[in-house]
Amino acid sequence: MTLYFLQALIYLCAAVIAVPLAKRLGLGSVLGYLIAGVFIGPIAGLVGAETNDIQHFAEFGVVMMLFLVGLELEPKMLWEMRSRLIGLGGLQVSLTTLAVMGIAMLLGQSWTISLAIGLIFALSSTAIVLQTFNEKGLGKTEGGGGAFSVLLFQDIAVIPILALLPLLALPELVEAAAHGAEHLAEHHEELSLVAGLPAWAYALVVIASVVLVVVGGHFLTRPLLTYVASAGLREIFTAAALGLVIGIAALMSLVGLSPALGTFLAGVVLANSEFRHELESNIEPFKGLLMGLFFITVGAGVDFGILFSSLGTILGLSLGLMLIKILILLALTPAFKLQGTDRWLFALSLAQAGEFGFVLLSYSVQQNVLPVELTQTLSLAVAISMFLTPALFILYDKLIVPRYEQTENEREADEIEETGTVIVAGIGRFGQIVNRFLVANGVNTVVLDHQAGQVDLMRRINIKSYFGDATNPDLLHTAGIEQAKLMVVAIDDHARVNQVVEYVKHAYPHVKVMARAYDRGHAYELRRLGADFVVTEAYYSALELGGQALSSLGYHPFKSEQLKNAFDQVEKDNRDTLYQSWLNATEDNRFTPHYRELFMQMELLLGDAMKVDRADKHSMTERGWTPPPKDYLDDFKDPQDT
Amino acid sequence: MSKVLLLFAHPSQDRSEINRPLFKEAKKIAGVTAVDLYAEYPSFRINVDREQQRLREHQVVIFMFPLYWYSTPAILKEWQDLVLEYGFAYGSEGKELQGKTFLCSLTAGGAASAYRKGGYNHYQIWELLRPLEQTANLTGMHYLPPFALFGSRTAVDEGRLPEHIQHWRSLLEALVSDSLAIEHVAPNELLNHQLEQIIKEGA
Repeated sequence: MTLYFLQALIYLCAAVIAVPLAKRLGLGSVLGYLIAGVFIGPIAGLVGAETNDIQHFAEFGVVMMLFLVGLELEPKMLWEMRSRLIGLGGLQVSLTTLAVMGIAMLLGQSWTISLAIGLIFALSSTAIVLQTFNEKGLGKTEGGGGAFSVLLFQDIAVIPILALLPLLALPELVEAAAHGAEHLAEHHEELSLVAGLPAWAYALVVIASVVLVVVGGHFLTRPLLTYVASAGLREIFTAAALGLVIGIAALMSLVGLSPALGTFLAGVVLANSEFRHELESNIEPFKGLLMGLFFITVGAGVDFGILFSSLGTILGLSLGLMLIKILILLALTPAFKLQGTDRWLFALSLAQAGEFGFVLLSYSVQQNVLPVELTQTLSLAVAISMFLTPALFILYDKLIVPRYEQTENEREADEIEETGTVIVAGIGRFGQIVNRFLVANGVNTVVLDHQAGQVDLMRRINIKSYFGDATNPDLLHTAGIEQAKLMVVAIDDHARVNQVVEYVKHAYPHVKVMARAYDRGHAYELRRLGADFVVTEAYYSALELGGQALSSLGYHPFKSEQLKNAFDQVEKDNRDTLYQSWLNATEDNRFTPHYRELFMQMELLLGDAMKVDRADKHSMTERGWTPPPKDYLDDFKDPQDT
Repeated sequence: MSKVLLLFAHPSQDRSEINRPLFKEAKKIAGVTAVDLYAEYPSFRINVDREQQRLREHQVVIFMFPLYWYSTPAILKEWQDLVLEYGFAYGSEGKELQGKTFLCSLTAGGAASAYRKGGYNHYQIWELLRPLEQTANLTGMHYLPPFALFGSRTAVDEGRLPEHIQHWRSLLEALVSDSLAIEHVAPNELLNHQLEQIIKEGA
């Protein structure tokens, strides 16, 4: 028992230390686990042969991962992505497989081994790539979207690959394995429902169990999960979710099918159910830990002997593989309209082999498809290519982006065909709403934005916009600033907003300038620069939400509206005083104690304004519709009473 | 000299044919403060202090509006509900409006003949305006019969607008110059139909 605790402690410590470190270095968690494994395995020698058993156990993480992949696959989303998914993904996987297979055969491998290697190397690392996209905010780019479709296709392709690999088994390996297993067979017989069945019965059993998973998944799990959820115990739901996955995996193993295939199917069946997210959040931690464990064992299994003895071969394999993948990806881009930086992002991000490579390699060994010695070299090549991925992202950031930024942003400012009464600078979240509102009312606008991508995006949804830097006087001139009535400045960048406002108010005082400020201080700056109307970007939306909050707390909606108005009024009443204080303060410390004091005073006023139920003394909010005091009838005497 | 406060309420001015020219005309007359309520308070957030101060500074108060369901458009009712507070407009301490003059200038889509017993609007216009009349009474203001134009949807086509503007102008000028013989005003007749009798000559 103590031994188990110690081992668990070693694995956990290694993960806890290495993974955050790797993430901080921009390497991603998968590499973190691998490094942790390398450290506790070959380097420190803390763990030994038992890693193999642990690896088999940890492979269950893959089964869970495929269940989660299935859950993510809403049929509707798949349908919308179909052209890129099948086109880009399908071509990438098949071309890469063929290319790798061809090279392997040239190097003298048999076609079965070559095909297996091709399939294994065609896959990329979903974990590393998606995580890097998230961290760098690249997921929403065209290139990122293309890469995502390919990764999704690869995740799905794992299922048929798992089914295909056993067919490639090498007779001599099978024989050797059978021979080795013979004397174990008596007390270690695989539990199986199908052993000894004739082929037609086997086929029937297989079909029946797949139907059972699909139909049962659709009709039985919902009532079951509803029943479990009604108990309101979180851990029981977790148990049910785990039970579901393990049960399907068990059923699949019993009939000799891939457990991963079964859980994947179940995941797809449940993707539309109301329990989708609940299931995801319950399975996710187990999957994360098991996959982490799996990667650690891969790292721990790295044989430095092999690595150093055939360093040249392994590096050659890795680099050659990445080169082939990049070339194929680049060749695919024109047909799918990926250009410029997107094209390179797409190609560079998917150049590595992936974590499924490890899974498939160990699966291939079990299925006697690849000899053990070969897989050790191959998995080192996979690992090296993953290690090199961050370098490719750095290459992308440092070399490719600047090059295209120059050409893209130094592209000639668009020819502006017409002038409008309103110039909208910046067509991001804020400018879009303003522009849509104006255009919907038939106001002629000219939209400028300095991000070429954004302009293209707007043009695609029929918003007429022009690429160009609004801080550039020449561009403002061609946009017709002389004839414009007003200009809306909705640029993100603080300094550029100020620059535009200052220039326009200085050069064209007749043009009204309405600007969005980031916060209070920025609003004062813009006011000082002469903006005619300034709105702090979050103010009204926050106030709106506050009003909704009051209503939800039981305030009468009309009352919350009044309180919102009172709040706004106090803000407006104090705006000038606060601005003056800010203006009088020194340049480097605008928010002086005096300003803070004034601000606190305003807060007090707010408190007063919000107080309710003061029937006879009018407050701001109670000002309206106040009934007269109860004794007010004494003021009136009817003529006939006197 | 009196100062006239004209409180104009028209929620769809882009379709106005009568009120807008009248309002424009009123703005030209010295002594008239012309307030477009819907423009000043587009979200109905009426500034009570400011409105009460305006009332204090004027001797004549005019509500100007198209008749909506036999009454004023909503913002004028809101204005009354908020501005005519206890202690300001009524109650033992509320004497701010006493002695002022109050009248309505309105346009109505229906024909004059519809506003009588037997017509499809059944009541005469001064009957329909009783709530405003009583508000004036309770707040101590002198109530004048309305200055009104009926059949307003066809008035421009029928060429009735220029004369109406002419009347409007002389009424406002008479109010500013205190040359309206208020004591001679007949209560049950439109103000625009008795201008000749009640405007003092040579004032």
